[in-house]
Amino acid sequence: MLLSGWGRFPRADCRVLRPANAAAVPDVLAGQGAAIARGMGRSYGDSALNPAAVIDMRGLSRLLAFDPETGLLEAEAGVVLGDIIAVFLPRGWFPPVTPGTRFVTLGGMIAADVHGKNHHGAGSIGSHIAWLDLLGADGEVRRCSPTENAELFTLTIGGMGLTGMILRCALRLMPVASGWIRQTQIAAPDLDAALAVFEANMASPYSVAWIDCLATGKALGRSLITLGDHAAPDDLPAERRAQPFAVPARRRLSVPIDAPGWALNGISVKAFNALYHARGLSALGERLVSWDSYFYPLDAVLHWNRIYGRQGFAQFQCVLPLATSRAGLQALLEAISAAGTGSFLAVLKRMGPQESALSFPMEGYTLALDFPARARPLALLERLDRIVLDHGGRFYLAKDSRMKADVLHASDPRAAAFRERREALGLVRHFSSLQSERLGL
Amino acid sequence: MSAGAVLILGARSDIGLAVAHAFAARGHAIQLALRDAARAEADRADIALRHGVAVSLHDFDVLDTAGHGAFLDSLPALPQLVVCVIGLLGTQEENRRDPARAALILRSNFEGPAAILERIAERFEARGSGVIVGVSSVAGDRGRASNYVYGAAKAGFTAYLSGLRARLSRAGVRVVTVKPGFVRTAMTAGMQLSPLLTVGPEAVASRIVAVSQGGAEVIYVKRLWWLVMTIIRALPEAIFKKTRF
Repeated sequence: MLLSGWGRFPRADCRVLRPANAAAVPDVLAGQGAAIARGMGRSYGDSALNPAAVIDMRGLSRLLAFDPETGLLEAEAGVVLGDIIAVFLPRGWFPPVTPGTRFVTLGGMIAADVHGKNHHGAGSIGSHIAWLDLLGADGEVRRCSPTENAELFTLTIGGMGLTGMILRCALRLMPVASGWIRQTQIAAPDLDAALAVFEANMASPYSVAWIDCLATGKALGRSLITLGDHAAPDDLPAERRAQPFAVPARRRLSVPIDAPGWALNGISVKAFNALYHARGLSALGERLVSWDSYFYPLDAVLHWNRIYGRQGFAQFQCVLPLATSRAGLQALLEAISAAGTGSFLAVLKRMGPQESALSFPMEGYTLALDFPARARPLALLERLDRIVLDHGGRFYLAKDSRMKADVLHASDPRAAAFRERREALGLVRHFSSLQSERLGL
Repeated sequence: MSAGAVLILGARSDIGLAVAHAFAARGHAIQLALRDAARAEADRADIALRHGVAVSLHDFDVLDTAGHGAFLDSLPALPQLVVCVIGLLGTQEENRRDPARAALILRSNFEGPAAILERIAERFEARGSGVIVGVSSVAGDRGRASNYVYGAAKAGFTAYLSGLRARLSRAGVRVVTVKPGFVRTAMTAGMQLSPLLTVGPEAVASRIVAVSQGGAEVIYVKRLWWLVMTIIRALPEAIFKKTRF
């Protein structure tokens, strides 16, 4: 079966096995060579591709237990985040961390150790996982937690599925008082102003910026920063207070076919960015938005990955340490605007501190970009890799589809340590992806 | 519609679970009956958590006809509605060559389901209300060379449901026959199925919920199947016996 990640680049013909539930996974895995688990296929590159065996975990879709006192939810690893929100938001609970789409599985979130707009305060998803059940190459299922099989637990969070198959997990949900977000939008005319807004708003639970990466000169780094917090019923208009979790259904759009390759070019991207900026300026200040439009604006456009056409696109997400963020971001933005191949969506975000085995986040600033998978933009990405290395930054594996192994290892000494532990634990032969082979993980 | 309990016979199957979710989403308590019921604990918890209804597990073996009465006595309440999705397909070659296998197919698809539904019908009749939904098969509409052991069993079940419906028509009990056609389930995994004639388990479930509330009492899940089977039934034997499907 021809599979790809969300970026639709690269593609690979993979043998796919689909266990019906958690209990069936050991039998399916037994006798396989190397395999990789796959959930909703929302990592962008080749993290969940393996021609020999892809284990489609979406059959592991059961909620197992919920404690309304503590918010602890136990579930199979193929449960989709959007289902959790649909079931538990009406009861006053929300995921403590969410990526930019709700079409992800719990297992996928753990494997990529995803972060959200609240990373500076809440950390990544891994810090909200109480335990996980991990199927090893030996067919044993081990309960892993900070106190039990602690090393496997640490390696598995952010371990890109390379430590075993996550079968079940327990996630601590967060109590919320409504389905609405109090959003504040702030315009920053340049990079310094954008960073100042982030630093001044560390107490805001959510913060993220859209950054115009085609702006040059004095406008380099001009941004729209969006802050947010869960609204209390008192924040809502009177007519909504009786049902604080009900939000109006959003219109669903869909990109029905691949856009032709010329549809996204320098001119259309520049026009889009200018338009987006102008629209953002008209919406400055505070207002209420529903949870889905705040957290998942792109989920409303099904198959939005088709706008890049058949050849697909490459995501690029790096994080720079706090001390070098200013200089590194300037260098990245200058390289991008000089190349003229702007990113359709460029996102800037302040991250908080984090200790982990292979997870992406570190304290500093993360920049996420996407580019069509064509020769010129891909060459630009190699230049961006160098800038990130020069500034002591690193790369998000869930977004990566094209990085060279030496770049990864130069950026992150943890990669070699992770590989060494995989070898010592006998995992390399049993769990691998095209990405892990490309990067030597 | 008052949200009485719904009993699912054969709750291990993909269709059975989809039917359970569909009724639970409408507020019905759910009774899941299957062999080794404890294996379905994750499914029980999932339905209960998602829909906020009571869900119970019940050991049930459709072939153990002597135990059917005790099984019904053990339920927390006599259900308002029962959906029987029990079925065993096997392979035609094996079903045909091995008499023990043929007997198992006939008993699992016809004798067992007919026996348990008769016991339930008695109790519904005594109460004066209830809905019985039997999931039969298009394979029972005409015996075909490629699966006539299974088809004969389903034909028997379809005829049984037809008679039960007629007998109970004045007793306040509805009997509905559902013929799903091709369904994407574990039972059909790996088969080449025409997309025009194939549905997911959720589509079967939502049709079952709809017909349990009123309307037609013999339905194909996909209406195109009605046309297909009407033609197949109308073919003269001289022509039909030369077909390969």
